[in-house]
Amino acid sequence: MKTRTLTAAVAVTALLLGATAALACGSSSSKGKSSGSVTLTYWASNQGTSLDNDKQVLTPVLDAFTKETGVAVKMEVIGWSDLQTRIQTAVTSGQGPDVVNIGNTWAVSLQATDAFLPFGDAEMKAIGGADKFVKPALETGGKKGSPPTSVPLYGLAYGLYYNKAMFKAAGLKPPTTWEEMVVAAKALTDPAKKKYGFALAAGSYTENCHFAFINAAQNGADVFDAKGNPTFTQDGVVDGIVRYLDLMQTDKVVNPADAQYDNGALAVTDFANGKVAMILNQNNADATIVANGMSKDAYGVVAYPAPKNAKTDVASHVAGINLSIFANTKHKDEALQFVEYMTSPAVQEQLGKPFASLPVLNDAKAMFTDNPQEAATFINIYNTRAKPLPLVPAEDQFETTVGQAMNAMFAKIATGGTVTRNDVKAAMQTAQDQVTASTG
Amino acid sequence: MTVTSVPSTGAAKGARPAARRAGRRQGWWLPYALLAPAVLLELVIHVLPMLTGIWMSFLRLTKFFIKNWAAAPSAGLRNYRLALDFNAAVGHALLQSFLITCAYAVIVVGVSWVFGMAAAVVLQRSFRGRPWFRTLFLVPYALPVYAGVITWNFMLQRDTGVINHLLADNLGLLSDRPFWLIGSNAFVSLLVVAIWRMWPFAFLMLMAGLQSVPQDVYEASAVDGAHAFRQWRSITLPMLRPVNVVLVLVMFLWVFNDFNTPYVLFGTSQPPAGDLVSFHIYNASFLTWNFGLGSAMSVLLLLFLLLVTGIYLVVVNRRSRRA
Repeated sequence: MKTRTLTAAVAVTALLLGATAALACGSSSSKGKSSGSVTLTYWASNQGTSLDNDKQVLTPVLDAFTKETGVAVKMEVIGWSDLQTRIQTAVTSGQGPDVVNIGNTWAVSLQATDAFLPFGDAEMKAIGGADKFVKPALETGGKKGSPPTSVPLYGLAYGLYYNKAMFKAAGLKPPTTWEEMVVAAKALTDPAKKKYGFALAAGSYTENCHFAFINAAQNGADVFDAKGNPTFTQDGVVDGIVRYLDLMQTDKVVNPADAQYDNGALAVTDFANGKVAMILNQNNADATIVANGMSKDAYGVVAYPAPKNAKTDVASHVAGINLSIFANTKHKDEALQFVEYMTSPAVQEQLGKPFASLPVLNDAKAMFTDNPQEAATFINIYNTRAKPLPLVPAEDQFETTVGQAMNAMFAKIATGGTVTRNDVKAAMQTAQDQVTASTG
Repeated sequence: MTVTSVPSTGAAKGARPAARRAGRRQGWWLPYALLAPAVLLELVIHVLPMLTGIWMSFLRLTKFFIKNWAAAPSAGLRNYRLALDFNAAVGHALLQSFLITCAYAVIVVGVSWVFGMAAAVVLQRSFRGRPWFRTLFLVPYALPVYAGVITWNFMLQRDTGVINHLLADNLGLLSDRPFWLIGSNAFVSLLVVAIWRMWPFAFLMLMAGLQSVPQDVYEASAVDGAHAFRQWRSITLPMLRPVNVVLVLVMFLWVFNDFNTPYVLFGTSQPPAGDLVSFHIYNASFLTWNFGLGSAMSVLLLLFLLLVTGIYLVVVNRRSRRA
């Protein structure tokens, strides 16, 4: 009897071992290939006109790195709709890339997970020193008073893009206040001809929450208090959101169809095709506009205007992409080497143009445009009129809860409903409760 | 080679008498050995994650602890209190989503069953082109979920979708192009897509069940003067009862837990009208990084479904015993 039981047990174990051995074989063979030299895994974000475009732009840059250092880089470009979840899964499972691009507004939230390598003195030195970065850009890298867990890679800022020919034909000047902007947008809207003053990515929670923040900032309101608690329901925030929603609701200068635009590129395409006169976009729109056939001298850029009586003239958040290293990387030195390389003046200059990014290095030249006026406008916005999104761990939840709430409100407006100030306030209360519930 | 093979056969011969001595039927262990991989995989794939989920629901598993779960402090019943406090934001949203899902499940299962039954009965008699219809009806079920639903997503677009083109431009039924994927229409779109995906399954199961209903019963009833509907009510339906009991339960559980359809159809900007509960829980966990709260919601969902299944089986079995 015992022998039989034993036989059975052995048979079962043998089966299982067989299965696990097969699995182990599967994974070890893939590792085997790279055992000769170090291979870094790198997750890049979507900066160019498409995921493929990113790949084309980055491949020669990474090849040059491999040639220089002997370190191979396995790259994957990940779209914005997936990046946050992918990073989250990587943090949870401990199975992530070595180096990853992050939206700089996530920096503090990601820092809180403890999964990323802090750039202390030694690490900073290895990548060329903290002094090489533009200060406000580096400040987005982590919480104040602690070593950042990310360093700036590409700088971005919002601007108001306008179609020069349409403005000229209507005898309009580029707006300097919110009121002028709305007047211009109304003059350029003709729903019968499917022309609108504005295109907004009204179905994108990331875009929506940025403008909740910027409009609130113009009203002098912050979305978090000093302790890091959400303050979404205060008047400045609510009024700011109402102002933004009203572009579609009461001013009617936005095509209701935009409520389905879940990424900025759709609005940019409308602009490039002459369907709309204005868009609000970060400076990387340049690449997409040109790719869609609009010539570079056909559009101009001014700062996103604040209302006449606004408390501040904030026109953007300090937007951009940062680079982080996963703390559990087995190739820390090579990862630092890679970050040093990606943030070196030569590579920055090389990538500045195809990705239309603002320089994150001191004394670097803006490469994203040949138009000195546009360059000056964006650098001025980035350096003097950009406010960093709150550097608190719950910042990412501000983005998702408030952004999603605005998606829903735009959808309600687009489908014929009305969103009152009280509705906005109630939605903000819900968002705030959700953030409190999940952090508290 | 020959040298090594000789002792091994000798050992095998020696083992055999020992087995007979044990007094058990030969090969008694075979069923266990064959079941073992299934049981083990079931444990690893279903039971362990479920237990982990229950454990997580009692933790404060927020972003501060997801790197090292073991360090997450206990939350006691806090996550459950949050999820069940229907006056506060989180609980209210969960309740809303739960009610939408109930309506969704009932309608999808009901309509799919009616469609499936109708098609199965019509295709029971052989006629020219029957195989062609059978194949055609199974296409939605054979199509990969993502491919099918993303096609619906394209078709339901407001300005470029073929549905609005058909309804507004070709037929002139609507003067204004409605939105299908945002606002309250989203619920209707979700229903249509889900029924499109689900009814072939009902059709397939009922068609298989109908094969076992003997033809002579119908013939006898026809002699007695029964109409088609009377035949269906008095013969088909009772004979299919065992199939229906399982079919309705399985469909309900699948539809109630449906995640793929809303996820692929709506992407990241899910409309409140299409906020199904598994999607809601996904958002509650991943968008807010609060996996403890998300797990608590999942456990509540599990309890609800267990309860429904239990009641359903008790009621159905009692009725069948009475019959």
